[in-house]
Amino acid sequence: MKNLNGIAGLAALSLMLSTTVAFAQTEVTWWHAMGGELGEKLEAIANDFNASQSDYVVTPVFKGTYAETLTAAIAAFRANEQPAIVQVFEVGTGTMMAAKGAVYPVYQLMADNNQPWDPAGFLAPVTGYYSDAEGNILSLPFNSSTPIMYYNKNVFEAAGLDPEVAPRTWAEVEEFSTQILESGAATCGFTTGWVSWVQTENLSAIHDLPYGTLQNGFGGLGTEFEFNGELQARHWDNLKKWSDAGAFKYGGPAGGVDAPPLFYSGECAIYMNSSASRAGVVANATGFEVGFAPLPYYDDAIAEPKNSIIGGATLWVLNGKSEAEYAGAAEFFTYLSQPEVQASWHQDTGYLPITNAAFELGQEQGYYAEHPGSDVAIEQITRGTPSDNSKGIRFGNLTQVRDVIDQEFEAVLGGQKTAQEALDSAVARGNEILREFESANQ
Amino acid sequence: MQTKRTIFPNKWLPYALLAPQLAITLIFFIWPALQAAKSSFEREDPFGFRTTFIWFDNYARLFADPMYLNSLWRTLIFAVLVTVIAMGVSLVLAVAVNRLLRASRIYTTLLVWPYAVAPVVAGILWWFMFNPSIGILSYVLGQLGVSWNHRVNADQAMILIVLAASWKQISYNFLFFVAGLQSVPASLSEAAAIDGAGPLKRFFTIVFPLLSPTTFFLLIVNINYAMFDTFGVIDATTSGGPAQSTNILVYKVYADGFLGLNIGSSSAQSVLLMLIVIVLTVIQFRYVERRVQY
Repeated sequence: MKNLNGIAGLAALSLMLSTTVAFAQTEVTWWHAMGGELGEKLEAIANDFNASQSDYVVTPVFKGTYAETLTAAIAAFRANEQPAIVQVFEVGTGTMMAAKGAVYPVYQLMADNNQPWDPAGFLAPVTGYYSDAEGNILSLPFNSSTPIMYYNKNVFEAAGLDPEVAPRTWAEVEEFSTQILESGAATCGFTTGWVSWVQTENLSAIHDLPYGTLQNGFGGLGTEFEFNGELQARHWDNLKKWSDAGAFKYGGPAGGVDAPPLFYSGECAIYMNSSASRAGVVANATGFEVGFAPLPYYDDAIAEPKNSIIGGATLWVLNGKSEAEYAGAAEFFTYLSQPEVQASWHQDTGYLPITNAAFELGQEQGYYAEHPGSDVAIEQITRGTPSDNSKGIRFGNLTQVRDVIDQEFEAVLGGQKTAQEALDSAVARGNEILREFESANQ
Repeated sequence: MQTKRTIFPNKWLPYALLAPQLAITLIFFIWPALQAAKSSFEREDPFGFRTTFIWFDNYARLFADPMYLNSLWRTLIFAVLVTVIAMGVSLVLAVAVNRLLRASRIYTTLLVWPYAVAPVVAGILWWFMFNPSIGILSYVLGQLGVSWNHRVNADQAMILIVLAASWKQISYNFLFFVAGLQSVPASLSEAAAIDGAGPLKRFFTIVFPLLSPTTFFLLIVNINYAMFDTFGVIDATTSGGPAQSTNILVYKVYADGFLGLNIGSSSAQSVLLMLIVIVLTVIQFRYVERRVQY
């Protein structure tokens, strides 16, 4: 008991000490969704900022997955306990943009606090994806990624394939996977994270097919889905066929928690996921060499594939905090936008360099020459001229729609539906969700 | 009227003594329930800026939604399976332990252990064992020629959550059955044995009827458990998938409200869930209890 009292006393003392520190510096809370290797880098950035000046302390708080972080922030906002900064993934963009009273737009924040703000410095696909109808950027682009393909060079070699040549088209993915299976080099050809984002949204963009009406939703809340086209159905049917043959292994709904271990363990030879999975791949792929390549496409559907679209997250500033906290947030954003900080975040994690300056800095440093494959993502996202179909997507309640897509995809894998039936049903259910969002935001 | 009665000289003392419990019930149970009932009639954006009163629109949408009807059906399958398995297995175990003369305490302790495991941990344990790529049981099943992948196969997903949820509840049922069995007078069984009744006959004609109050109590508890308390198990194992095959009502309330941010619909679902459980309990007390011999 005496011991317990001692501990309690210590705890009270340390609490008092920490509050005295907080009096001297303004604390800016930052809720984020970066776990594992990414979370460590993020905390390092916050620590560096805290060490660089003495007025503000940025406190990063890990809130779980992207969806959990968004939900937590909204619940906190309703209870008036919101953080100053919250990281929201790209599918939450529609929801956040519609929540005008909750958000302190970043361009206004920077102007109000006399911090430099240059939207033209961002990469074009980033600006395009995150601008509102008036062309203003409402949240600070922080971690943007795009899906790419990772492959196990050792398995390729063991299967008699050239380890330096990645499959370029889906026909080649099938051919290579079959060869890998037959040679016994691995028990599965490929797996993927995010069936919704990678195998549906990006598939549509790359093949220049519309995902929804009104320029994929950028034109207004009245948009309707139309991703139930012939090519999407063909692709889903193929995935089902490959899944039955063992060439493809499903990694689970949403981000696909089972997909990374399938690749790390050498069970699957090819892995499609965010370019930001690179940090995890590099850390976990200890027994083999990894190759990087753009996503495959159907060469009979499009001769020159379009750019892929953005994933990842931006930082939103929420209303209802003090002037001092906003000043701190603005200063932190200026720090984050420096080419050195951006470039090191991009190079360590695999996220895209968000500003042109960061990309140029990386080129000057010779980073891309030294690390072959590290520029696959940026080349893929900037290739060709973006069309309305490949600029990105903007839909409200997209988190729910992605759940619907996962459910329908699972129905295809389970053999309950054909791909066309599943996609038709996903579009119908998705449209209901869009109408719900439209009526709640009118 | 054999219950003990205490007469308080002061009129206010009994209320004062009840106040803390009443306050907790009001603040943590009644008030949120009323809030849920209120928001089930509203449509609201996630941040709560615009709220529209829409009468029974949320309810009407639910009954027109095949996904909700699917969820009802899945809940029925799940609740029946969990109740039957959890009660059946624990009854067998309790009878077995009750016949032991030695070491019954050790068995009891071991069997009660799983009850101390949090639902989400139980879920993770089963998820780990049955994980399609790294699980030991899915590996063993693979060797036996069964391709286990509950990410894709709806029946396997249901089996997994039923196993995990039942396993968790067996301990609780077991404790009550053991206690119930100990109160069955041994003289009755012995008299029947002398009259030539075999062990099975004795069990079904003497022990089981005398156990009926315990069984009835557990029936209600188990159905409520399957419908309300299995959230953690499902969240950790299947997250309602594949293709909504394990999306039972309580998980759908969470998924639509907390992940989908559709608070109106989620509230309507929770009100309906509450009504379902109330109706079930009333039915049980009215019709099943008549056949219970106290």
